[in-house]
Amino acid sequence: MGSRDDCIRFLLDGEVVEVSGLPATTTVLDWLRDHAGRTGTKEGCAEGDCGACTVLLGEYQGGNAPLRYRTFNSCIRFLPTIDGCELVTVESLVDDGVLHPAQRALVAEHGSQCGFCTPGFVMSLAGLYLEQPAPDREQVVRAIAGNLCRCTGYRPIIDAGLAMGGLEPAKTWHPERVDTPARRAALAKLVRRRTLELPDLVAPRSLDELASWRQAEPDAQLLAGGTDLGLEVTKALRNLPKLIYTGQVPELHVLETAAAGLRIGAAVPLADAWAAIVDAFPGFEEVADRFASPPVCHSGTLGGNVANGSPIGDCMPVLLALDARVELRRGASVRELSLADFYLDYRRTAMAADEFLVAITIPGAQGCWHYAGYKLGKRWDQDISAVCAGFAIQVDAKVIVAARLGFGGMAGIPARAPAAEAALIGATVEGASFEVAADALASDFEPIDDLRASASYRLISAGNLLRRFGLALTSEEQRKPLSVWEVTP
Amino acid sequence: MSRPHESAELHVSGAALYTDDLALPAHTLHGAYGLSEVAHGRLCGLELEAARQARDVVDVLTAADVPGVNNYGGIVADDPIFADGEVHYAGQPLFLVVAHEREAARRAARLASARIEPLPAILDIRAAIAAESFVLPSKRLVRGDPDAELARAPQRLSGSVGMGGQDHFYLEGQVAVALPQEDGGMHLWSSTQHPSEVQHLVAAALGVASHAVSVSCRRMGGGFGGKESQPAMIACAAAVAARRSGRPVKIRLDRDIDMLATGKRHDFLADYDVGFDGDGRIRALSVMLASRCGYSADLSGPVSDRAVCHLDNAYFIPHVAIVSHRCRTNTVSNTAFRGFGGPQGMMVIEHILDDIARHLGCDPLAVRRVNLYGIGERNVTPYGQIVEDNILPDLLEQLASEADYAGRRRAVAEWNEREPVIKRGLALTPVKFGISFTKTSYNQAGALLQIYRDGTMLLNHGGTEMGQGLHTKVLDIVARELGVPNAWVRITATDTSKVPNTSATAASSGSDLNGKAAQDAARTLRERLAAFVRERDGVEIGPEDFDGGRVQIGANSIPFAELVEAAYRARISLSATGFYRTPKIHWDMDRLMGRPFYYFAYGAAIVEAAVDTLTGESRLLALDILHDVGHSLNPAIDIGQIEGGFMQGVGWLTSEQLYFDSDGALRTHAPSTYKIPTARDWPERAEVRLFGRPNPEETIYRSKAVGEPPLMLAIAALHAIRDAVAATPGGAGRPRLMAPAVPEAVLRAMGAVCELSEERSPLGDTMGTTSPDATEQTAFRLI
Repeated sequence: MGSRDDCIRFLLDGEVVEVSGLPATTTVLDWLRDHAGRTGTKEGCAEGDCGACTVLLGEYQGGNAPLRYRTFNSCIRFLPTIDGCELVTVESLVDDGVLHPAQRALVAEHGSQCGFCTPGFVMSLAGLYLEQPAPDREQVVRAIAGNLCRCTGYRPIIDAGLAMGGLEPAKTWHPERVDTPARRAALAKLVRRRTLELPDLVAPRSLDELASWRQAEPDAQLLAGGTDLGLEVTKALRNLPKLIYTGQVPELHVLETAAAGLRIGAAVPLADAWAAIVDAFPGFEEVADRFASPPVCHSGTLGGNVANGSPIGDCMPVLLALDARVELRRGASVRELSLADFYLDYRRTAMAADEFLVAITIPGAQGCWHYAGYKLGKRWDQDISAVCAGFAIQVDAKVIVAARLGFGGMAGIPARAPAAEAALIGATVEGASFEVAADALASDFEPIDDLRASASYRLISAGNLLRRFGLALTSEEQRKPLSVWEVTP
Repeated sequence: MSRPHESAELHVSGAALYTDDLALPAHTLHGAYGLSEVAHGRLCGLELEAARQARDVVDVLTAADVPGVNNYGGIVADDPIFADGEVHYAGQPLFLVVAHEREAARRAARLASARIEPLPAILDIRAAIAAESFVLPSKRLVRGDPDAELARAPQRLSGSVGMGGQDHFYLEGQVAVALPQEDGGMHLWSSTQHPSEVQHLVAAALGVASHAVSVSCRRMGGGFGGKESQPAMIACAAAVAARRSGRPVKIRLDRDIDMLATGKRHDFLADYDVGFDGDGRIRALSVMLASRCGYSADLSGPVSDRAVCHLDNAYFIPHVAIVSHRCRTNTVSNTAFRGFGGPQGMMVIEHILDDIARHLGCDPLAVRRVNLYGIGERNVTPYGQIVEDNILPDLLEQLASEADYAGRRRAVAEWNEREPVIKRGLALTPVKFGISFTKTSYNQAGALLQIYRDGTMLLNHGGTEMGQGLHTKVLDIVARELGVPNAWVRITATDTSKVPNTSATAASSGSDLNGKAAQDAARTLRERLAAFVRERDGVEIGPEDFDGGRVQIGANSIPFAELVEAAYRARISLSATGFYRTPKIHWDMDRLMGRPFYYFAYGAAIVEAAVDTLTGESRLLALDILHDVGHSLNPAIDIGQIEGGFMQGVGWLTSEQLYFDSDGALRTHAPSTYKIPTARDWPERAEVRLFGRPNPEETIYRSKAVGEPPLMLAIAALHAIRDAVAATPGGAGRPRLMAPAVPEAVLRAMGAVCELSEERSPLGDTMGTTSPDATEQTAFRLI
């Protein structure tokens, strides 16, 4: 089969599917339901927040690297972005009439009531099963963080996740059975030799190709994970300009960890980016956990979150605290900018129309630094934050010698808090110092009232997050629980 | 031992068909609404030309195009299918664009615009009361001499209780397909809890008789009350569009339109004045209870009545006066939602008892205990029904002792003494919920059972399946009555052409009513077969002779199918209807007196919570539930209802916030902004058990209804949070914690967010006084 430029190809139930002639913004969900007649996958919200549309994407990573299966929200993902991959839906899991262990466990544990969310849960559990057939409770809860169920209260679904490992193993969709030579060969055949170029989307396959497309089409819209842009189509019903998809550019997928710091390519999925950040800076684990659901973190990219410039994007407070820099490219020229200088105004960045984000770099830390990241919302998992904070202070002989305090939700852009930072620098590491800094936030920010929180709550809780940080630093020996999640039931 | 849901294997494999999954004729059209962005105004005109000219658009419908009655209100005819003359809320449907593709219809709808002259809008309960703006006349329930007894009471407190509304957030949004039939007929597939009402309202909208319209529903992807009266809105619109075009028309609302345009749980406000003695025992209570009904009556009358009838919850109130206002506001018309006013009524008394306990400085459980209904005394409800089956004292003590309430109370106190940042709280609250529709005539059901010659059978009954496991239970009943394997009984879509004049599947009554009706049909057929055997063989056979798919006739055991075939050949009818009406009940809905409920379902929950004094975040740590379902028809399904109901109640009271802006527009209309619980919110330590005592009333196999009562167990979660708040210096005394207890509300109740303006409070919709002046505006972009 020869590769055609204008034809999307992917694997589904062992067959190569070829799609052409559809708008590039056709979602995977709409293709499944309206074009392929596979109605097992449901639309619950069309914004990636309920998980009823969850499916699995299988990726061939070249060479001997194992095939990787991860969940994503099919309701906001454009069909061309699964080119070259394997699509796995709830229907795919039934093996010669035998249900997958995730499915059998849900039946046995009475995990479905109305059943509408169930296919999504099945896929999230099956995705977990492919990583870890016998997960623990935390892994199960984490895996289904992006799936809403309105009927069960979740207990039987969690139990199903815990029980699936004890059932007769899956014939196909099992970590030790899925990665067959035949499947690898089928996916390898889909590897492109020519760039996918649809009338309304192009998917460059190298950094240079991307740079020239960006220059040639400055009015085009860059598309990364699409977890925000997808909503422009499904919700705002906007007609998007031509799309330049970054997901096929290998250089943008590079994730380098070195003593000098981290360099995270703009198309690295959030799941991998956060894992690297938390690995280097464990203090940011809470924000990483609460950032978004697994399906969103599998599709969405760190570069997309940064370039999007939302005042409530949760990466930025952390990246500001880490003094991250952005690497921008225009044609052949590359420039670097501090992230703090990147955001100019509400949803406006320093990036020129024909420029694009290549990578985010996080410098390595010298000396004794303490880090913490906190997020506040109405719900622990998967909420847009009212306030998000990333803190970093450097301490020398009990004196704070440097401080970087990044906040989201406090202004029209993600921003540092210079007055509070100034209050900390030179102060000793004790509660009173953080009290002063918390009070100084009032001169740094004038937050707004909205549906997520009032201005007063934002200001007071932001200050309290600084107080919490102070408490976490000062009472190490006899540290009291500082979060409701540190309490043992 | 509990059978799985009859569709469980279909659910998990994606093979269960919902309305949106049905294969449709190729020429089916799709409809999309244009909604008002104005809360109240005169509709001066619609600019629809651009929409009509848009690609793929076939038709644009407005109120003028409805051939019959432009109404989908089931009780009071005040719900226009399309706004006509006046716009009553932001989110109200103005017109419907019909196109070949759904996306084309949605896009074209945005090309249209409306000219609306704004009128003053009343948006919240306080403003409505001040303006005496009501959808229905206020009602008053009085027993004894509350004024005199209040004056005489040793102690007296007054205060307010506020609670927000709740979106149903069924995972499957509203959807209907209308398929034109010959000779003026119309068939609809509707995701509805109330097919008969859809049938009657569609007939009225089309201007045809009821027999020309049929409605089917195999299953819903969740209902929770949101698909009781609301589905008729889009079903009527789809039917009108189908009649005009002569082609099938499907309307599936996207999530945002669904949340903006359709009704929700009523938010309530109560002002109370209570008199009590030194033990916290209530002497007299006076309550002003007000519900935000939105712009029309819908089900607000019976919802408010049920709130009045559950304000006592499990407690005897000797002298009581309740005034119930049904407030008309320029917001979406609120509707049925699991509990149907009961949760809001109970919230009031539980708050009052908590206040009394905190005022007296004693454990709230002690105050709850002394106020419980007695057995044989102190057992008459304010509405005159005797509490005959009061198992609550036993149930509550069993739970308190098995879950070690007293020990945990001490542990919580010690923790709070020691810990400065994270505080813990504990609460036990009971539930007593009345089972039956308060409207007596709704308490009836029908079934149709047909046995085929191979012994398999098809069952239809008036109930609908929304996930609650009704079909699983009813199917079990029929299989048990006829002694056949479950696999021989198949339940097909609920269909108005098979069982007529059905009641909504609501009020927790699904299995009580339809189970009995199906049992009646099964017994009729069983007795018919027995009569045939008697005549043919001269042998008497009884119920016990039908077992395991065989029939014992004297010394002979023959396959059930063989008997059926023989009966067929002997020309015995093998189909039967069944019918049931609930006994003993009567209700004077004007005086609010009588016996509205056949029986009560009981339960109690203990919740332990932690709150963060820095951020107001909370977490449920542990849960213990003991709940009464009589003799369970299916323990796993019943536990599923209890856990799911509890969690849905937790969402209502903690994280789900309907935020209306000062113009009356709902700003939380998708899961990105409206937060229902996720798996992490289920308490890590949870014990949920059934009480297991059979129903003394003669219900189906002595079971009890289970759909709604467990939702109210979640009141324990709110009170556990309140208990933790009360352990902070700023929250000491009677903390002013309103529901939902989102972090901001919790922090505020601790006195930590003191300078908040009222109108931006978490309860801005009920507590605020946002009544914007009318400003002259002539054109509005449509949502």
